[in-house]
Amino acid sequence: MFFQKEIETMNRKDMAALQLERLKWTVDYCYKNVPFYTKRLDEAGVTADKIKSLEDIKYIPVTTKADLRDNYPFGLFAKPMKDIVRIHASSGTTGKPTVVGYTKNDLNMWSDCVARIVMAAGATADDIVQISFGYGMFTGALGLHYGLEKIGASVVPNSSGNTEKALMFMRDFGTTALVATPSYALYMSEIAKELDYPMSDYKIRLGLFGSEGCTPEMRTQIEKAWGLFATDNYGMSELVGPGVSGECEERCGLHFNEDYFYPEIVDSETLEPLAEGEAGELVVTTLCKEGIPLLRYRTRDITRITYEPCKCGRTSARMDKVIGRSDDMLKIRGVNVFPSQIESTLIGSEKIGANYQLVVRREGFADTLEVKVELVDGSILESYQDVERLQNSLKHKLQTVLGIQCKLSLVEPKSLQRFSGKAQRVLDLRNENK
Amino acid sequence: MAIKQISVFVENKPGRLAEITELLAKNNIDIRALSIADTTDFGILRLIVNDPESTVQILKNDGMTVSATEVLGVAIPDVPGGFAKAIRTITDKGISLEYAYAFITPKSGSAYVIIRVENNELATEALNDAGIKIIEQGDIF
Repeated sequence: MFFQKEIETMNRKDMAALQLERLKWTVDYCYKNVPFYTKRLDEAGVTADKIKSLEDIKYIPVTTKADLRDNYPFGLFAKPMKDIVRIHASSGTTGKPTVVGYTKNDLNMWSDCVARIVMAAGATADDIVQISFGYGMFTGALGLHYGLEKIGASVVPNSSGNTEKALMFMRDFGTTALVATPSYALYMSEIAKELDYPMSDYKIRLGLFGSEGCTPEMRTQIEKAWGLFATDNYGMSELVGPGVSGECEERCGLHFNEDYFYPEIVDSETLEPLAEGEAGELVVTTLCKEGIPLLRYRTRDITRITYEPCKCGRTSARMDKVIGRSDDMLKIRGVNVFPSQIESTLIGSEKIGANYQLVVRREGFADTLEVKVELVDGSILESYQDVERLQNSLKHKLQTVLGIQCKLSLVEPKSLQRFSGKAQRVLDLRNENK
Repeated sequence: MAIKQISVFVENKPGRLAEITELLAKNNIDIRALSIADTTDFGILRLIVNDPESTVQILKNDGMTVSATEVLGVAIPDVPGGFAKAIRTITDKGISLEYAYAFITPKSGSAYVIIRVENNELATEALNDAGIKIIEQGDIF
């Protein structure tokens, strides 16, 4: 189902024309209202009228999370506070929080974006939707909240925490859809099973999941536990919050709200644009935002984009689930390797622990990868062959997923733990003197 | 009837075996027999000790991957062909042998062999029939 069919099924040519017009507007708007961009654009020699086609976007300098932090809290706002009606912030776990502001138009645009993706995922006005994201400075809860209200769904703003009470409301209200992180949805199902109510007391049919990655295995687990249909959506507070892209019922990629967000895929080292279908870093330019417009924002998320029309009828660009973060991407023998790929390969084997470590070395002129995992299941120690069989099967699985040779080492439990109990995932020794 | 054997997963790194055995010594665990088999990366240490239950607990508390299984202990006359006879008895019954290791104690003139077979009951029966003595935990401490 569509929320704004005309936009969602617009032909590519008209979409490109709309994007170009809005890109020019955004460049001009940034130049005139944000001193940071005035300086950046002057240095690069870019003005709105020099942009003749969408390809010209490559001449615009990129914006990074560090730029947002350096201008904490309001330095990149393009509107005075009298026009700003909402302020959100990121959690700031990796440094100072990044702060974003919204005008009335921004909030309206944002709820349209969310309305589109939740309807694409199958939500309707008949749904009772519980929001189990934490409300507060985080954009997730309020973003979904207003988008779902916009399509006429009944929103239950339960927030996160007090799981038993949330489950009681779900049973008593006949709640049909759930907004949560995948891990919380799974946790809720575990608590639900411990209670004295059969799972058939819950009517949840649709999951609108986001704000963290979800492996296919985990998705299947959640769907089985709840008997629901799980969909993914994507966004980040710097751009708007949830609603940048989302899966339709075909679940073959996340549809981009391209009239508001212009996506590019670039090589994360050279920043050169990559061909359609190649995996690279997602860079996004906001096309209508007034509060805090961003030019070519480096998301650090690695994904692919396709422009093939979707079976659902939408013509928008579709992005893959995020493969990894460019921050922790490793290039080994020319192949991009992400710790997250390794994690999702190893998950599900009960014989090994949750910690793992990647050791990259340079031997002669060749890079080598060693993956260390902790053996925790003592029962296989009785037979050497069983231990070697485990080692070989893990190695084979990893090589299939990564596309490069690796060595798999079984190590003792706890031996991978480092300071404060947190495992150091990657040990790159290639540039160390031997 | 059978003897409890402890298997410990040990990484191949300098000093690791010393650390583990020192930990056992500190806890007054007496090791009567041991075997260690290794690849380049890891080894599996197999132990016969005076107090298997505590040993498992001590090692587990230290975070190690451990298992306990029952193995057979066989007393073999210290003469040529003694071991061969025992092994022949088992293999003739079609019972396959996973591994074996030998040790002696100051108490008797026999050599002791720990054997790990796929079926303890069948092997015990066969050895008994052949008049080969099966030892118990109490015989070696």
